[in-house]
Amino acid sequence: MTAYVLRRLLLMLPVAFLVTVGVFMLIHLSPGDPALIILGEDRSPQAIAQIHQELGLDKPLYVQYGIWLGHIVHGDWGRSITTHQPVAVAITERLPATIELGLTALLWSLLVAIPLGTIAAVRRGSVADSVATGITVAGVSIPNFFIGIVLIFVLSVTLRLFPFGGYVPFLTDPLESLRHVALPAIALGTAGAAINMRFTRSSMIEVLNHDYIRTARAKGASWRRVVFVHALKNALIPVVTIVGLQIGGIIEGAVVTETVFTWPGVGRLAVESIFNRDYTVVQGIVLLAAFSYMVANLLVDLAYAWLDPRISYA
Amino acid sequence: MSFAHLLEVDDIHTHLAVKDGTVRAVDGVSFTIDAGETLGIVGESGSGKSMTALSIMRLLPRSGSIVEGKVTFKGRVLTDLSEDEMEAMRGTEIAMIFQDPMTSLNPVYRIGWQVGEPLRIHRHVDTRKSIVAAVDLLRKAGIPDAPRRVGQFPHMFSGGMRQRAMIAMGLSTSPSLLIADEPTTALDVTIQAQILDLLRTLNRDYGTATILITHNLGVVAGMCDRVIVMYAGRVVEQGRTEDVFARPEHPYTWSLLRSIPRLDADEHEPLKPIDGSPPDMVRLPAGCKFTPRCPFAIGRCAKEEPELLAVRNQLSRCWVTQGGVTLDGAGVG
Repeated sequence: MTAYVLRRLLLMLPVAFLVTVGVFMLIHLSPGDPALIILGEDRSPQAIAQIHQELGLDKPLYVQYGIWLGHIVHGDWGRSITTHQPVAVAITERLPATIELGLTALLWSLLVAIPLGTIAAVRRGSVADSVATGITVAGVSIPNFFIGIVLIFVLSVTLRLFPFGGYVPFLTDPLESLRHVALPAIALGTAGAAINMRFTRSSMIEVLNHDYIRTARAKGASWRRVVFVHALKNALIPVVTIVGLQIGGIIEGAVVTETVFTWPGVGRLAVESIFNRDYTVVQGIVLLAAFSYMVANLLVDLAYAWLDPRISYA
Repeated sequence: MSFAHLLEVDDIHTHLAVKDGTVRAVDGVSFTIDAGETLGIVGESGSGKSMTALSIMRLLPRSGSIVEGKVTFKGRVLTDLSEDEMEAMRGTEIAMIFQDPMTSLNPVYRIGWQVGEPLRIHRHVDTRKSIVAAVDLLRKAGIPDAPRRVGQFPHMFSGGMRQRAMIAMGLSTSPSLLIADEPTTALDVTIQAQILDLLRTLNRDYGTATILITHNLGVVAGMCDRVIVMYAGRVVEQGRTEDVFARPEHPYTWSLLRSIPRLDADEHEPLKPIDGSPPDMVRLPAGCKFTPRCPFAIGRCAKEEPELLAVRNQLSRCWVTQGGVTLDGAGVG
């Protein structure tokens, strides 16, 4: 198991290298000169050249990349062009809010998806199945910013059940924290819930047709036991794949939701930095997003090996 | 408590809803089995033999239902039990093993966990004790190195070993009746013999009555006290195995016996397959269902369906033999 994890981590290195090259190139190929932003009104060619020299932008691209990569590896992700705050600090400050939002959204999506998907599969063709399917189509079709606006209007502004905006760290006040995170998490997690429910349903239908389900029935297991003990663990294997992708996508998914709910997370930091052409921060966030995909993939593979004994660690 | 028979199947009719109509998968099947007895049910695919077994267990697919008849087990009418009461019978009094051991075990749970499960469900034994019991059961089912094997997953077992594990699971609660649905069909010939040996030993040592469903007449000859031959959802012949094999009284049984390759036959003598193909179960012909493929058919066969009546030592559903005609070259191939 440990050997497997180490091997997987080693295999991630080439991917990580390509990711850094990609991120570096993307920013440098995009239009706009950071020197112009830093200088503002005073745009003399000398001043621009000086800034370029200070930032190392006058050196060949591969040298710039080498220097940049060296810094990245040592935890120096550069300084924000606009606030002069270290990028690593800027991101870490915002990260807990995004992680809390992302995990709550994921939890919400699974709490909705697995029971609904299971019920829809067990009673396929019934009213419950049709209702669940209807909810799914709606959940996928309605954009999450719209769900967010509706939630704010109904539950926060009109009924005053939930506070609007604001973030309370979980460790400071868990209950208040959950009250604040509820609406953005629902807005962010609903599309995922719909997709996960479809996956759970189709996977469960397939599993329930297997011979080992009949074996379990022949042993005298009740339907409840058959569904929740014998079928569910098998049915969740494909669901894990899609959930892994959703974990990886938390940061990008949070961009819109965090903006709608004025949530102080990495997503909003990304939006602000893009508008400010704060390319060091954008670079840092894109890199983080890419790495979170890689970590999510690793987690998926580990979860597979745990759920399905036919997949070996070797 | 005393009862006439261990299991009594009385005129059951099981229907399956299919796209273009209703399949009468089991159409008026009756038989009995006594404690310790081994009964064979033979027939082609689609003859209703598996559906008969699933009807007894009340494990029919969603599209199927028992529309008529009753099944009595130790004096209790299974067809009248609630689903909860039926669950209490399955895996305790009546166990069932299936055709394909490769797919009949849950891939994500350990063998010991699965073999001991009936004890946890019905006897409320805790997990640890059920796995200790599983070691003993696997050993009885002839699995070497059982203490290590209980911790393995099904994919680490060969087909024959999986079927042994299935049998161990079936016997965990010492049932009075074991229904084995084509238990050897998916296995290699050498493994088949071992599994049949195991079933025979268990039947002898524990007195478990066994219903053995198969399309292999050789298996029936070696295992069963009595045999039921099914065709198109009906019993066409029923009797003691030796009587039926020595002198079949239904043309279908006669044809089945003639289609088996024999070692003592002249090597130039061709095998004699049964002409035609099994009937369309949605649109069955009138009269005797075997008429279109029957070499002995007379005018009456296509018009009226015969009853299952005594002919010599057995029961047969055939106008020809009921009329006193002997089937030509019977049993000697």
